[in-house]
Formats: sequence, structure tokens, C-alpha cells
Amino acid sequence: MTEWLERHIPKMVLAPSFIAILVFVYGFIAWTAWVSLTRSRLLPKYEIEGIIQYERLFASPRFDTAMMNLFIFGTLFIIISMVLGLLIAILLDQKIRTEGVLRTIYLYPMALSMIVTGTAWKWIMNPGLGIEKMVRDWGFENFSFDWVIDPDMAIYAVVIAGVWQASGFVMALFLAGLRSVDGEIIKAAQVDGIPSWRIYSAIIIPSMAPIFLSAFIVLAHLAIKSFDLVIALTGGGPGYATDLPATYMYAMAFSRGDIGQAASSAMVMMAVVFAIIVPYLYSELRVKHD
Amino acid sequence: MTDISLSPAHGPSRNWGKIALRWLLFTLLGIFALFYLMPLFVMVTTSLKSLEEIRTGSLVAFPREVTFEAWRTAWSGACTGIQCEGLRPYFWNSVILAIPAVAISTILGAINGYVIAQWKFKGANLIFSLMLFGCFIPFQVVLLPMARMLGMMGIAGTIPGLIFVHVIYGIGFTTLFFRNYYVSIPQELVKAAKVDGAGFFRIFWSIFLPLSLPIIVVTVIWQFTQIWNDFLFGVSFSQAGTQPVTVALNNIVNSTTGVKEYNVDMAAAIIAALPTLLVYVVAGKYFIRGLTAGSVKG
Repeated sequence: MTEWLERHIPKMVLAPSFIAILVFVYGFIAWTAWVSLTRSRLLPKYEIEGIIQYERLFASPRFDTAMMNLFIFGTLFIIISMVLGLLIAILLDQKIRTEGVLRTIYLYPMALSMIVTGTAWKWIMNPGLGIEKMVRDWGFENFSFDWVIDPDMAIYAVVIAGVWQASGFVMALFLAGLRSVDGEIIKAAQVDGIPSWRIYSAIIIPSMAPIFLSAFIVLAHLAIKSFDLVIALTGGGPGYATDLPATYMYAMAFSRGDIGQAASSAMVMMAVVFAIIVPYLYSELRVKHD
Repeated sequence: MTDISLSPAHGPSRNWGKIALRWLLFTLLGIFALFYLMPLFVMVTTSLKSLEEIRTGSLVAFPREVTFEAWRTAWSGACTGIQCEGLRPYFWNSVILAIPAVAISTILGAINGYVIAQWKFKGANLIFSLMLFGCFIPFQVVLLPMARMLGMMGIAGTIPGLIFVHVIYGIGFTTLFFRNYYVSIPQELVKAAKVDGAGFFRIFWSIFLPLSLPIIVVTVIWQFTQIWNDFLFGVSFSQAGTQPVTVALNNIVNSTTGVKEYNVDMAAAIIAALPTLLVYVVAGKYFIRGLTAGSVKG
């Protein structure tokens, strides 16, 4: 008996967590998927009706805006954070004596809640009292910076705050990558008199491809999940100009009482995450088997 | 280590070029530092100004007269909707929510990681993959059923309910952290201990736990930052009185009644950010390790 127990203890220890994950992750995804195929409104219904919720979703101008915003925000957020992160990492890699302090400064936004970030930038970009007023007081009377209340520009205000929060993290990833490149190769290149920028562009950066991929995955994931930042910065407004799928889902679930729409938009979000994550995981696993 | 100065020095003209480049380098780094520091600076100075000074002065000016009035209001008087008790009760909500949630998810992660890394059985890898995958889902996909489940369990809108949610969706990451750490410990250690008659728990307790301090620190910091900064679960599964600090902050800032008190908003934002900022300043090294471990999986 004790021997049997001894043999099965590991499984029994893992079982509660595993069952919890099965129910609360996979079971719940199945529930949401199921409900997204019904006519649920205020209360869930369980008779499958087909893809009517998805038809409503893709016919909705609000969700259309949300997907477009995700595309704009995601693209700019990822590209700017990566470029800025890489640039700062390379600059920091030049044997700077104050590197530790600078790194701390560049990375601290990552420790903040997105609600805090959103609150701070909302105030900085406040049209009446923020940057706009500051520059006007300097004598540029016609200066205008009212992105947070301009429906066409508000999503770019979200990009600014997002980049501010996440680019330091990308810097840290790239800096670690730069430091792990084989020093011998670089020394050899230096001895041959190859200029530094060539060493970076031809040797170091190409060897960091996996880090670019990691940074991309993390940033894409952050972009799709972005919810707090938009809520704090613009509240999804003006109107629904800065809605993202995440805020659309929340509005449908908790203020509009439209469970069918909430479920189907959540499934679309998951599909987007899968489209990015699955190829990544697949390539990771394949590399390990080779 | 890469070791490249911007250009090799050959003769005096090269030297001038080198000095100019160095200056350019420091200027750029300084500009970036200003970009990252500016919001913090603006938050702190705004929180120390009177509303009058905010309206007449400049965004980036130091306060002419320092006043802590806004801090007092933010802590104990600002309105989150109809209640006007400031952030204080919600700050404590976050504290009593984060402590058990961090502790439980870290303990579960440690024991799960120990099993997956050292007591491999058939299917253990599949279980690990399934848990790992759970880290990546957008939580919107579980919000609706979780709201119903908490209702059925009778803990909807309560702090224990929020603790439960944070533990469940934290297990994936904590297990990943510990598994990756324990996997590098040679399996012979367990085998030798078994020969000596030590059992599953004894090996964990007297061999693995004493080795685990660094990864415990990384995991605790990661979980604390995640849970303290969480907004989505907090806003979805709390009700008036049980909201965590991020939700209360958002309510203060976006409450539409009365005069907009920007100094109070900024003081409240700093109060909500202080615990994680403090952790970052004290244990930044571990914080970064958690971030990179979460993104670059082994």
C-alpha cells in the first residue's frame, strides 16, 4: 500500500492543478465557444443556432473599428517598440559607465499598472493643460496636440503610452541578446578593421533572430490583450474611436448585456492570439527535435 | 561579452571623431532617459501643486508652493463614484488579495514544477504543455463562464473570489518558472536520495526547497506585479467595496462629478504604483529575470 502510494504521489500532487486548468481554461473556452454559437443575449442559451453571432459581429461597425484599431495599434506598437528597444540596447552596449542607472530608468514603466500609465499620459496629453498648453506658453500660439479627444488620432495617443511602457522591456531583451553574441567573432572582425556599424548589421543583429521573434511574440500578445491602457487613457472613446476587441468584449459582457456578442468577440481574440502563438510554439518544438 | 567602442582610434583626427561620437551617444541616451522619466516627474510635481497653480503654471515646472493636500485627499477623501473614502480601503483590498494569491500560486507552482521536472511519468509533458498553453489565452475567453462559476460557488464579488481567480490563472506561469529551474538540477540527486530512503516530500523539503531561493524570489515578484497591477479580473469580478486599487484609481480619475482635481488623480496614481515600483527598485534584477523567463521559454 505505501509503495503504491509512493509511486503515485507525484501524479496525485499534480492532479488538482491539472484538473483546475482543464476546467477553468479548456472547459471555459469550450463554454465560450458553445455560447458564441447561440442566440444568447442577457442570459446564456444553449441551443446551437450556427454562426449568427459572428455574422452580427462582423456586420457591426463598432467591432470593425475595434479590429482596425487593433491592427493600427498592434503594428505601430510592435514596430516602434522594437526599433526603439534595439536602438537603446545598441547605444547602451558601448561600455557606458552609468549603464545600470540608465537601464533602471528605461525599464521602470514595465513595473507600473497600465491604469497608472494611462492616467499619467492622459494628463500629459490633456489638451487644455498638458503639452499643448506648455508649448503654447513657450510662444507657439497655434500649436495643437489634442490627440486624446480627436477620434481620428486618439488611437495614436494609445500607441505613445504603450510604447513608453513596453519599449524598455524590449531593450532589456535585446541587450541580453547583444551580450550573448560570441565575442571571438566580433574581435576577429575588429582585427580585420571592419567598422562597428557593419559588425552590428552583418554579424550581431542577424544572430539575434530568435530574440526578435520572442520580442515580437510578447509585444503582439500585449497588444491583443491591451484593455486597461485604453480604458484609463480614453475609455474607448471619443465615442468608440479607440475600442479594441478587448474593450468591445468587456462592454458587451458587462454593460450591454449581450453575452452572445461578448462570447463571439472573445473567440475572435483567441483566434488572433492562436494565429500568432501556434506557429511560434510549433517552430520552437521543431527546433528542439532537430 | 561584446566589446566594441564606436570606432578604433588611429591618430588625432580619429580621436576627435571618437570624442564627438561619445558626446552624441550620451546626448541620445540622455534624451531617452528624459522621455522615460518625464511622466514620473510630471506626476510627482503635479501631485504637489494646488489646483490654482496647475491651471496657471506649466506642466513641467516645479511646484512654487509644495502642498500635500492632494495626497491626503487621494488617500482618504477622493470619490470613487458615490463613496468618498479615497484609495485607502482599496489599497488594503489589494494587499489582502495579493498576499494569499501570491503565496498559494507560488507554492503550487513549486510543487508542480518539482513533479514535472524530476518525477517524470507518462503524460507529464502533455500536462505541462497544456498548462503552458493556458498562459497565452486572452482572459476575455474565460470571463463569462468564470463570472457564473463564482456565482455558483457563492464567492462572486468577494475578495476570496478574486484570490481564487488569480491563483487559477497564475499556476501556468509559476509552474513554468519552477519547472525550468528544477530541470537543470541533475536527476541523480533524486535517485541517490531515494536509495537513501527519502520520500517524495522529504526530497522536496530538504533538497529542492533549500536550493530554490532565487526562483522563489523571481516567482513572488512576478506574481505580485501581475496581481497588483491587474485590472481586468478586478473590474470584472468585484463589486462596490471589494475593488482592488487599480479599479478604484480608474474610478477616481474617470468620475465625472465635481471639479476635475488633476493633482489628486496624480497622487492616487503614484500611490497605486508605489508597491510595484518599490519592488522594482529593491529587486530589479529578479524582476527582469521574471520578465525574460516569461517570454523566452527554455
